[in-house]
Amino acid sequence: MLGNQLRTGGEEGGRRVQDGRDPTIDPTRPGVHVSGTATDTVTDTVIETIELTKVYPGGVTAVDGLNLSVRRSEIFGLLGPNGAGKTTTAGMLTTRVVPTSGRAVVRGVDVWKHPARAKSLIGVVPQSNTLDRSLDVRDNLVFHGRFFGMSPRVARAEADQLLERFRLTERATAPVLALSGGMAQRLMVARAVMHRPAVLFLDEPTAGLDPQSRIAMWEILGELHTGGQTILLTTHYMEEADQLCDRVAIIDRGKMLALDTPEALKASTGIDTVVTVAADGDLSALAALLLDGIDGATHATVVEGNVQLEVRGAAGVLPAVVELADRHGHRVSDLSVNEPTLETVFIKLTGKDLRE
Amino acid sequence: MSELTGVDAAGTSDGQVPVGVAFRALLARDLYVLRHNMREFIPRTVLQPLLLVFVFTYVFPKIGQGIGGDGDAAFSTMLVAGVLGSVILFQGVQSVALPLVSEFGYTREIEDRVLAPLPVELVAVQKVVAGALQCLIAALIVFPIAYFVPATAVDISYNWPVLLTFTPLACVAAASLGLMFGTMFDPRTVPLLFGIIVVPLTFLGCIYFPWQSLEAIPWLQVAVLFNPLVYISEGFRAALTPVPHMSLWAVYPVMVGFTALFLWRGISGFRRRVLA
Repeated sequence: MLGNQLRTGGEEGGRRVQDGRDPTIDPTRPGVHVSGTATDTVTDTVIETIELTKVYPGGVTAVDGLNLSVRRSEIFGLLGPNGAGKTTTAGMLTTRVVPTSGRAVVRGVDVWKHPARAKSLIGVVPQSNTLDRSLDVRDNLVFHGRFFGMSPRVARAEADQLLERFRLTERATAPVLALSGGMAQRLMVARAVMHRPAVLFLDEPTAGLDPQSRIAMWEILGELHTGGQTILLTTHYMEEADQLCDRVAIIDRGKMLALDTPEALKASTGIDTVVTVAADGDLSALAALLLDGIDGATHATVVEGNVQLEVRGAAGVLPAVVELADRHGHRVSDLSVNEPTLETVFIKLTGKDLRE
Repeated sequence: MSELTGVDAAGTSDGQVPVGVAFRALLARDLYVLRHNMREFIPRTVLQPLLLVFVFTYVFPKIGQGIGGDGDAAFSTMLVAGVLGSVILFQGVQSVALPLVSEFGYTREIEDRVLAPLPVELVAVQKVVAGALQCLIAALIVFPIAYFVPATAVDISYNWPVLLTFTPLACVAAASLGLMFGTMFDPRTVPLLFGIIVVPLTFLGCIYFPWQSLEAIPWLQVAVLFNPLVYISEGFRAALTPVPHMSLWAVYPVMVGFTALFLWRGISGFRRRVLA
C-alpha cells in the first residue's frame, strides 16, 4: 500500500517556477510530483553535486568526485554500507562538512559560498538525537520556528499542528529525554519540516528503531513525499531504499557505483531469481558445483554461511539444486527462492555484502 | 494521520531569513531557558560570593581575626570590587563554557543550533551575548550582598561613566573567555578547567588585595598581569570605590585586547568544533 502511495506521480516535468514557487509542489495538490522525465530543467533539480570530494585529515578519502542530481519532489536514497561516505555526503550538502573540492548546490544556492542561505532551504534529521534537552517537546518546535523567522504566535500555532500530525500532542509538555526512540525521531522530523524546507535530509532515519517505529517512520516519509517534499535519505537498509525511494544511488568507498530506480537497478542484474541454500560441507565447493551444474546459473557466492545462487530462467531449479547437492554429499537444511533485491545489486557491484 | 505537506509555503522563496531575526531568536531561547532555570541560577550564583563576604567581612571582624591590614571597613570596600569581578568571571565560564562542552560532547545539541539560518560565527557570538547578559544579572544579584553583608560599613563612591562602560566590557570579556574555554575542553577534561585554570585565576585575580599592594612582591605583580581577572577587579575598584587602583589607561586597552583575543580564539575554536 505504501509503495503505491509513494509512486502516484504525474508527469509534470518541465514546468517553470512562477513567482518564486513551483506549481509542482503546490500543497493543495497532493501526489503531484516529477518522476523520471526527460525534461529536466534547472528548476527541477533541487540538489546538485559536482565532483564533490572530501578527504579527511590523515588522508582518508570519504567521498571521491561525486556527481549527483536530485529532482524536485522525489525521495532519493544514498544506499551503501557503513563508511561508504553517505553521511559525509549529506554533511557537505547541509553545511556541516567542508568539502575538499567540488561543489554542492541546493536549489541554486552554492552551499559553501552562502551557507546561511542554504540553511534556510534545508531541513536536517541527523543520525544522533540533537533535540534541545533544556526545552520540552512543544518548545523544541516553537523555538525552531522562531530561528527560521516565525513570530512566536505563528510558531506556537505551527508547533501545535505538527504535534497533532506527528501524534505527539499528548507528550507536548514532556521533557525530550522522556521520549521513546521512535517519538524522538518523529519530533526530529517534525522539527526539520517545520520551516518548510526545499529539501529534507535524513541520515539513517530508522537506524536503531524497533520494527514498529520503523514502519511508522516510513509512513511519515511516504506522506511527506505525497505532499511534494523533496527528500534525500541515507540508509544501509536495502528494504528502506527499495520501499521508499524513487531513485537510489549505490555508493561504496566514496564512489557512486550505480544510480537508478530500485526496479531498474534490480533488473540490471540480469537475473530473475536468487536461490539461498543452507547446507553442510565446504560451501565454496558447493557454490562452484551449483554454478557449474545448474542451468541458467550466472553467479554463486557464499554469504553469511549460505550459498547464494543467481539464476536466469528459474523453472525447476529447486529440485535440481537439492539433487545436485545431495549427489555430492552436501545435506541441504534450508532452501529459499527470492527475487533479486538491492542487496543482490550491491553484491554484484562490489562482491561484498551491505552489512560488511 | 492527516496529510503532511512540508514544502515551500513559508514565503521564503529566496531562502533567506534575516540574520538579525535568527540571532534574536537564538538569544530568546537562551533567555527563556535561563528564566526557567532561575531556581538553579540564583543559588549557583549567590552561594560562593555570599560565603566569601560572610566569612571575610562578617565572621572575621566579629571574632577579632585580623585581616586586610588597616581597618575592617577598608577591607570590605576593597573586597566589593573583587567579589564582583570573580562573580562575573565565574559566570562567564559557567554559563558559556560548561553548556558548550556538553553540547559539543555527548548531547551533540550544537548540531541543531548550527543549522539555524545564520553564519556559524554568529552562533558563537550569540553564545557570548547570552553569557554576558548572565554575567550582568549575576553581578546585579551579588552587589547588594557585598554591600550589606559586611559587619562594618562599605564605602562606595560611584564613578558612573566608568561603571556604565566597564561593566558591559567585563561581562563580554568573561563570556568570551567562556567561549574560548568551551571550545578547548571536552567532557573528560573539563574538571581541569576549574582545578587548574579558574581557581588560580581567582586566587591571583586581585580579589582580596589591590594590584598596587603587590609592589612588595615585584615578580608576582608582573606575573598577575597575564590574568584578565586582575583588570576586571581593578576596573570595578575604579568604578565603585575610593580605593587606589591600576590606571584606567591600562585597564581599558588591556581589557579590550583580552576580549578581542578570547573572541577570536573562541570563534575559530567553535568553527573547528562544529565543521568537519
